[in-house]
Amino acid sequence: MNQAAQNEAATLGQTLSSLDSMDGKEHGVIVELTLPHPPENVAIWCHDLSFRYREVEVFRNVTFHVHSGEFVVLTGKNGAGKSTLLKLVVGLLEPQQGQVLVFGVSPRRRIESIGYVPQHASFDPAFPIRVEDVVGMGRLSGLSYISKDQKRGDIEWAMEQAEVTDLRARPFSALSGGQRRRVLVARALVGHPRLLVLDEPTANMDIDSENKFFEVLARIKMGATILIATHDSDFVSELADTVLCVGQDSEHPHSVHRHAMEKAEDLPKDIYGSNMLRVRHDIELPDDACCEGKDP
Amino acid sequence: MISFFQAVMNPSVPFVRNALIGSVLAAFLFGILGSMVTVRRIAGLAGAISHTVLGGIGLALFLVSRGAPGWISPMLGALVFAILAAITISIVSIKAKQREDTVINALWAIGMSLGVIFMAKTPGYADPMSYLFGNILLVTQKNLYILGALNIIVLLLVVRFYRHIEAASFDEEFAATKGLPVMAIYLFLLLIIAVAIVMLQTFVGIVMVIAMLTLPAGTAGFFSHNLAGMMVNSSILALIFSVLGLILSWVFDLPAGALIVLIAGMVYIGISVGRMLQGRRSSKS
Repeated sequence: MNQAAQNEAATLGQTLSSLDSMDGKEHGVIVELTLPHPPENVAIWCHDLSFRYREVEVFRNVTFHVHSGEFVVLTGKNGAGKSTLLKLVVGLLEPQQGQVLVFGVSPRRRIESIGYVPQHASFDPAFPIRVEDVVGMGRLSGLSYISKDQKRGDIEWAMEQAEVTDLRARPFSALSGGQRRRVLVARALVGHPRLLVLDEPTANMDIDSENKFFEVLARIKMGATILIATHDSDFVSELADTVLCVGQDSEHPHSVHRHAMEKAEDLPKDIYGSNMLRVRHDIELPDDACCEGKDP
Repeated sequence: MISFFQAVMNPSVPFVRNALIGSVLAAFLFGILGSMVTVRRIAGLAGAISHTVLGGIGLALFLVSRGAPGWISPMLGALVFAILAAITISIVSIKAKQREDTVINALWAIGMSLGVIFMAKTPGYADPMSYLFGNILLVTQKNLYILGALNIIVLLLVVRFYRHIEAASFDEEFAATKGLPVMAIYLFLLLIIAVAIVMLQTFVGIVMVIAMLTLPAGTAGFFSHNLAGMMVNSSILALIFSVLGLILSWVFDLPAGALIVLIAGMVYIGISVGRMLQGRRSSKS
């Protein structure tokens, strides 16, 4: 990133930070924004982020941003830090340095705007629960009381969006892997999130299920920003507007880079399903590459 | 010999009636808390808390024998040790999940060892076996009031926070993103379990309380469609096992606690084997 962009980014970070701490309205303070984009148009703002698990460093001085309405694919090898980055974005982890803001404030204050689909790898097949009850969890907000029929319309809408309405009465454990992931997407959609974060939702999924899953995401893309982590570093769905590679560069293993993409029409459909984009790891884009044509 | 039902109605033998009421009250706790223990897969943890209790009982008996004030009782000692164990395990679970197993087993062993040592140094006769296997016929009126109050508290909490308990048990990570204080819920659950274990160990003893927290819920899990159903079904099963065990223990003059758990265990194993054979048959055809 050039010096001017860095200065601009720092100003944005500081301004958003002051908005975060003062809520922009408290104490009668009006904060003048000197930003490349209004905070409402920046879904995720990650500035100078550093994070480590005890002795293991994961991120060092990472800066990137995601515009509202973008479909962003996060790629990287196993253990590169994709899940950690997603957890920082949804507020499950706190950065040790720098900041992560979602629509201008810290993720913990944007609970209602974020829909999260975790890997759910430790799913217990013996847990007695029906699909409808899993989706219903999306209504929760802190410890507020939830009655049985509260937000019934939202649950119906979310199940329709994720195409799981027919499965509502079935035990969650009786579903296929693909169906289970769609149920978890429905659960995340109940609160009509402005940002949907998905952690490797297509892992171990067959091609048909994966295609169906991306059809669902294509529909959701119309109304929400999507950040999705995938295990395939070389090819991503054609829905992607941006690809961010985590720890791709061996010289900078704790970084996040924006890479170019190109159509990959030569791929066999039976292996890769729908049209895919090839990630050009050899072409690194500046962090403001996405800003062209966006707000002044 | 008078029949069990005559004994229940006979005011001159109140311990039989108390045992029956105690069994009914305990059944709801076993059912509700047992379902949470089962779906969260924390049976080992509940086992550690229940065995740590022996250390508290031993310490209280020892202190009383050395002239400690009268308000120090085995139940108070058990309660303190159970709560300390629950807090320790919660902290380890939050701060160093990978060491949870080691800490659970360490608390289990240390608690029991402390109990045996303190009892050995207590003048008179204090038999660890009586605390390990309990005696339902020793339930007092006061125990019943405490147990009743605990039932009401647990029931109210479950009704008010059912959706939150379900979500935090099913997917802790997602629940946290919805603003649920998942660690506080976990700690609170462990504390309630700790208190319940102290109360329930009077009925079936320390060793067997863990079996009653898992067997009825495990059996109910075979035919329940959600956590609420599991709680109701396992409460009903715990009630049947407890009352049946009590009646049979009266008829055959056998230890009630051991008999209750034996019935619960046989039903669980029977259904497990039945389902396994059924699964094999359907996969062959």
